[in-house]
Amino acid sequence: MSDSEDPGEFDGFGGRHVPEAMEEPLAQLAAAFEDIVPTEEFQEDFRYVLEQYAGRPTPLYHAQNLSAEYGADIYLKREDLLHGGAHKINNALGQALLAKKAGKERLIAETGAGQHGTATAMVGALFDLDTEIYMGKKDVERQKMNVFRMRLMGATVNEVTRGGSGLADAVDAALEDFAQNMDDTHYLVGSVVGPDPFPRMVREFQSVIGEEAREQIREQIGGLPDACVACVGGGSNAIGLFHAFRDDDVDFYGGEGGGEGTDSTRHAAPLASGHEDVIHGMKTRVIDDDVEVHSVSAGLDYPGVGPEHAMFRAVGRCEYRGITDDEALDAFRTLSETEGIIPALESSHAVALAKQLAAEGEHDTIVVNLSGRGDKDMEQAAEHFDLGR
Amino acid sequence: MSDVEAAFAEADGALVPYITAGDPDAEATKEQVRALVAGGADVVELGLPFSEPIADGSTIQEAIQRSLANGMTPGKFLDLVADLDVDAPLVCMTYYNLVYQYGDEETRANAESPVEPFVAAAAEAGISGLIIPDLPVEESAELRAACDEYGVDLVFVVAPTTEGSRLQNMLEQATGFVYVQARLGTTGARADVSDQTHESLQRIAEFDAGNSVPKAVGFGVSEREHAEEITAAGADGVVAGSVFVDIIAEHGDDAPEYLRQKARELKEGAHAGTSQSHPEPERT
Repeated sequence: MSDSEDPGEFDGFGGRHVPEAMEEPLAQLAAAFEDIVPTEEFQEDFRYVLEQYAGRPTPLYHAQNLSAEYGADIYLKREDLLHGGAHKINNALGQALLAKKAGKERLIAETGAGQHGTATAMVGALFDLDTEIYMGKKDVERQKMNVFRMRLMGATVNEVTRGGSGLADAVDAALEDFAQNMDDTHYLVGSVVGPDPFPRMVREFQSVIGEEAREQIREQIGGLPDACVACVGGGSNAIGLFHAFRDDDVDFYGGEGGGEGTDSTRHAAPLASGHEDVIHGMKTRVIDDDVEVHSVSAGLDYPGVGPEHAMFRAVGRCEYRGITDDEALDAFRTLSETEGIIPALESSHAVALAKQLAAEGEHDTIVVNLSGRGDKDMEQAAEHFDLGR
Repeated sequence: MSDVEAAFAEADGALVPYITAGDPDAEATKEQVRALVAGGADVVELGLPFSEPIADGSTIQEAIQRSLANGMTPGKFLDLVADLDVDAPLVCMTYYNLVYQYGDEETRANAESPVEPFVAAAAEAGISGLIIPDLPVEESAELRAACDEYGVDLVFVVAPTTEGSRLQNMLEQATGFVYVQARLGTTGARADVSDQTHESLQRIAEFDAGNSVPKAVGFGVSEREHAEEITAAGADGVVAGSVFVDIIAEHGDDAPEYLRQKARELKEGAHAGTSQSHPEPERT
């Protein structure tokens, strides 16, 4: 399987479905990506910040207690140990470095729960770029700590009050800013979504996850795993893990936000249950019209998905399952209790999917991308598990 | 010659206003369209609202939200269009998502392409043309084919940054008119409008290989003088949206009379400009 001739196309998914005025700036960004990223200078600078600023390489940990509990050998790729507590920093560093080298002076980003906004604020401070974050008013109220972090690091947080004051409205506001200020501004997209070149660019910056994991598992067991598992919202941590294994005899599994079940009307699983559509500048899969986008995890609460995942589904390279809120919460608790590792609710979907695979018994060795840590989810967890007793 | 091209040919400086259908409801939209046509609109752009309007600024995004909040859908939009009996072609401006997923399962299964059901239904309702701002020209072959089959024009938007083979491709594909977006300086002064229009039309002329399709220019036009400068600089027509959407937001039920007055003002400007127009944009 390979991408079709156009690098922004994934077997008919993806593309650049944007207003004509954004076409040229995106073409320029694609050219900058193709020209600058392969250079030795960029690669050296990128590697340095990944290692010395963000904390790479991250360990690949054989979780023996969890393995015993679930009944398969489970290896956790510890992206939760990175600076900021999630894989998001890999991509933020890559894009900010590219923006800096391409002569941009400003970064903008939208954020829902605040994780991507926080990663953007970090790299804005690091590379001395003016940083503005668009965040729905509702989310600003719900995620005060992240707003404080962003402001402390020097970013401007713009409360978006239009529409439903949520993530989709923050995207609209950020796009409007981008359309007006393309000359000096880089829009730091947080996942493998949106118009070309973002899906392939974010993949490039996240693929370090799988490159490391592939080397590490070979060192540790002398071969490749039977399966790689990751959660999928937009899908950047999954693509990041999968990419290095794409030509290997390794099965891929993606855990989507199954909410109250993929046959319910409240979930965020366009691959397990949805249809082909055009949204946010790309052709991909989207949840059906009668479904309200919902997941217990804010990071998976997205109606679409990266176009490469839509392609993987279409050609059968990866199997996607909706993991319900209850299954994710169960895995969240099990990993905390068996290993002393509190995963992000997003990553808990991957852990829960590994549990299913172990029970089915067809995969003995499973690499799970533990894409983030669960500190940010503690209030929700305290309420759900009644930890205040 | 299509209805839209004929309307431009007869207009002598065409006015193409935009409003969002269903803002605030379908009945109001009908009155608004009648008022615009009474005021002199030659072609009317009707926005079919989509929840992620990435090509629109905040004024029109808010109109889209008002319309969606009141329950506008593609089906109701086409009913509205079918009910409208005005003496001006109607062009539908919307996003590819709605075009791509329109129609029930059976219709879609029998269609030649995913976009055919929408084009067929739009043509039947009386839509003369489509503007789909998030459809890149490189990916427009299916829609172009469906539009050809049903006699619907496909309008492309040329941005200030559109150049080279993409511009040429658009000019070859476009029917009805070409929507030229030009970048206005911060002042909005008359000289600015004139220079920008001139520059845009010249850039297009270099690639315009014999396609005589009309060129309509939009800047966020709000005053008579802007319209006059645009046609004086050689454009066949003037597109104006936000100014009308603002009137609707401000005046509510009383909007039609204000819309008619504003349309008349801009139409007079567009018409006056043509008498100063040069047949060929000057080469510099």
